[in-house]
Amino acid sequence: VLLLTLSLAAIAHAELCKPDAQNAFKVRLSIKTALGDNAYAWDANEEYLFKAMVAFAMRRYSSKSTTQISNVLLCNVTDRVSFWFVVTDSSKNVTTVPGSEVEAAIRMNRNRINSAFLLSDQTLQFLKITSTLSPPVEPSTPVWLIVFGVVLCLIVAGIAFLVVAGIQQRKKKNKGSTERENLEEKGEVTVTVENGIPCETLDLKAGHINGVFAADDERFTSL
Amino acid sequence: EAMEKSRPLWDNPLQFVFACISYAVGLGNVWRFPYLCQMYGGGGFLIPYFIMLIAEGMPLLYLELAVGQRMRQGSIGAWKIISPYLCGVGVASVVVSFFLSMYYNVINAWAFWYLFHSFQDPLPWATCPLNSNRTGYEEECEKTSSTQYFWYRKTLNISPSLEASGSVQWEQALCLVLAWLVVYLCILRGTASTGKVVYVTASLPYCVLIIYLIRGLTLHGAVNGLVYMFTPKLEQLSNPKTWISAATQIFFSLGLGFGSLIAFASYNEPSNNCERHAIIVSLINSTTSIFASIVTFSIYGFKATFNYESCINKVILLLMNAFDLEEGSLTADNLNEMKDYLMATHPQEYAQLSPQLKNCSLEAELDTAVQGTGLAFIVYSEAIKNMEVPQLYSVLYFFMLLMLGIGSMLGNTAAILTPLTDSKVIAAHFPKEVIAGVVCFINCVIGLIFTMEAGNYWFDIFNDYAATLSLLLIVLVETIAVCYIYGIRRFEKDLQTMIGRKPNWYWKIMWAFASPLLIISLFIFYLTDYILTGTLQYQAWDATQGQLVTKDYPGYALAVIGLLVAASALCIPLGALVTLIRKRLKRETVSTV
Repeated sequence: VLLLTLSLAAIAHAELCKPDAQNAFKVRLSIKTALGDNAYAWDANEEYLFKAMVAFAMRRYSSKSTTQISNVLLCNVTDRVSFWFVVTDSSKNVTTVPGSEVEAAIRMNRNRINSAFLLSDQTLQFLKITSTLSPPVEPSTPVWLIVFGVVLCLIVAGIAFLVVAGIQQRKKKNKGSTERENLEEKGEVTVTVENGIPCETLDLKAGHINGVFAADDERFTSL
Repeated sequence: EAMEKSRPLWDNPLQFVFACISYAVGLGNVWRFPYLCQMYGGGGFLIPYFIMLIAEGMPLLYLELAVGQRMRQGSIGAWKIISPYLCGVGVASVVVSFFLSMYYNVINAWAFWYLFHSFQDPLPWATCPLNSNRTGYEEECEKTSSTQYFWYRKTLNISPSLEASGSVQWEQALCLVLAWLVVYLCILRGTASTGKVVYVTASLPYCVLIIYLIRGLTLHGAVNGLVYMFTPKLEQLSNPKTWISAATQIFFSLGLGFGSLIAFASYNEPSNNCERHAIIVSLINSTTSIFASIVTFSIYGFKATFNYESCINKVILLLMNAFDLEEGSLTADNLNEMKDYLMATHPQEYAQLSPQLKNCSLEAELDTAVQGTGLAFIVYSEAIKNMEVPQLYSVLYFFMLLMLGIGSMLGNTAAILTPLTDSKVIAAHFPKEVIAGVVCFINCVIGLIFTMEAGNYWFDIFNDYAATLSLLLIVLVETIAVCYIYGIRRFEKDLQTMIGRKPNWYWKIMWAFASPLLIISLFIFYLTDYILTGTLQYQAWDATQGQLVTKDYPGYALAVIGLLVAASALCIPLGALVTLIRKRLKRETVSTV
C-alpha cells in the first residue's frame, strides 16, 4: 500500500508539474552573472529554500496559513539553472492553486524572495510575471535648473559690473575733458599741443607709420 | 577739431595669436575632421590635407591677416580702401557672419543643456525613461538607443518634418539666452575684454583634449579604433572627393572670408609679424584637428568594442536561455563552435531562434561614421556614459565644446561689430556696449527659431547652405582683388613696410595662381553637385521607427536656401554697382556746377 501511495504521489506530481502545465511557472536563475566568484551551487538545499519562500509568499498573500512546503512542486531542473514550479492546494485534492493567485503572491513578496537568494529582478526571473520597474529618483526641482540659475546669475553680475564700470569711466573722461577745456580758456594749460593734437596721444604705438617716407627707397638714386 | 580716437589694440601679440587660434580651432576640428579622415582613407587622408594646407590654407590666411593689419579697419573699410568698388565684398562678409552667428550659438545652447544635465547620477542619457504604466521602457527609446532618445526627444523634441514647426521649447530658449549673455559679456568691452577671454577659450580645450587623450588611450578597445582610423587606404587618393573634401575642410576650418581675421588683425600694431603668425595659426589648427581625431577615434574604438561585446553577450544569453545551458559554458571564444553544435543537435529550435541571433561585427560598429552634432552629442555621450565617473568626463567634455564654440562666436561677432564700430555714422551716436548689445539681442531673437520643434531642420539648412558657396565667392574675389586690382607689387611693398621684408616667391605664386585656381575648382564642384542632385533632401527623425528618414525640402525651405546664398553673394556686384552710380552722380553734379 505504501508503494502504491508513493507511486500515486509521484504520478500526481508528474501530472501537475511539467513544462507548460496549467498554473505552472518557469523560473530562471543567473547566479554566476549576479555573484561572480561568490556564486553558490544550486543543489537540493537551495531548492528547499525556494519551496519555503514560495510557501511563505502564499501564506503572506492569502493569510490562510495552510500552504506547506510540500505543496510546492519543482520539476525539470536544468543546468542553466531553470525549473518549473507549481503550488498545489492542500484542501482540494490534486489541484493547483490558480496562476493568478500565485502571481500576485510572488509579486507582493518579490523583494523578500530576491534577497533570500542574493539576486535581483533580472537574475531571478519568473518568466510570466513581469516586475514593475522602479522609477528613477526625481528631485523636486530639476538639477539642471539649479546649475543654470547659478551660471545665469554669475554672467548677469559680470555684465552689470562691466557696464557700470564703463559708464563710470566715460563720465570721468568727460569730466576730465571739460576740465581741460575750462583750463584752456583760462590759459593755464600746461599740455603741449602740436597742430591741435596733445603730444601724449602722439604715442608711436598707436599711430600710423607714414609709408611715403619709410618705404620708397627707389626714389633715391644710389650712391 | 575733434580728436582722432586711437584704435584699440591687443595688449600683446600673444593675445592676437590666441584670438586667431580660438576662432579657427572650433567645433569643425572635433566633429568634421575625424569623419573625413574615416571616410577618405584614414591615415592616407593626411596627404591631401597637408598639400591643401600649404597650397591654400597658409597663403589665404596670410593674405587676410596682412590686409587687416595694413588697412587697420574691419572688412567693409578694408576692402573700400583697396578699391571703392569692392565695398560689396566687405558687406557680403558681414552678412555671412551675421547668418553664421544666428545659428552657431544654438550649438552653445545645446552644450550648456548637456553640461547642466551632467550633474546627475545616473546621467539622464544613460537609461531609457519608463513608460506610463511602468512595465517597461518608453517605446521610442526601446527602438533606438537611450542617447539618441535623449538628443532627439529630450533636447530637441524634434518634430517629424520641417513643415510641423511646433512651439518654442522654453528650456532650449533659456539656454540660448544664456549663451548670448555669455557672448555679450565677452565682447562687451571690445579687445579689452575679448583679449583676456581668448586666453581661456584658446587654452582650455587643449587641457581637456589632453585629459581625454590619456583617458581615451587607456580605455578598453581604444586601440581598435586607432588602428581602424590610421590604416591608410591609399586607393582613396584617386577619388576626387578626397581632394575636394581636404580643400573644403582647410578652407572652412580656418574661417576665411568671414571678416573675423581681418577684424582681429586690424587691432594689431602695424609692425606685427603676421607672416609668422599666419604659419603658426594654420599649423596649430591642423595639428589640433589631427590631435582631436586621435581622441575621437580612441573613443570610437571604445564605444564600438563595448557595443560589440554587448551584442555578443546578448547572443550568448539568448542561446543559454533557449537551450538551458549552464552559465559560463558559452563564451565569446567558443561561441561559433557552440552555435554550429547547437544547430546540429537541435535544428528546429535553432531555426526558430536564428532571426533573433544578430551577427555581431566589430567592423560594422566601427564603420558607423558620424559627423556633426550627431558625433558630438550622441556618439560621445554614449561613450561617456560607459566610463567610470561619467559625470566628470561629461562635464569636461561639454565644457570643452562650450569653449570651442564661444571662441568661434567671438570671432564671428568681431566680424560684425568691427565694421559697425569703425563706421563713423553709427559709432558717433552709440557707444560700443550698446551696439554689441543690439547685435546680440537681434541674433538671440532670430535664434529662437532654432529652438522650435522643427528648429534642428532649419539649423541644418543654415549649416549646409548659409556659408558655403558665398564664402568661396568672397575669398575668390578677395584674392583676385589683392593680386590683380590692388596689385601684387603694391601689396609686397606694404608687407615690407610692416614686417621688414618682402614675401618670397612661394607666397606670390600661391596668391596669384594656386589659391584662386583651387577656389574656382571648389566652386565649380559645389555648383555641379547642387545641380546634379536635383531636389535637395534632408534627414528627418521618425519617432515611430526610431531612426532618420530622408525627405524632400518643401518649396519655402528651398526659397530660404536660395535667399541665404543670394543675400551674401549678390552684395558683391551690388556694392560695385552702387559705387559706380554714386561716382557718376558726383561727376554729374561736379560738372554742372
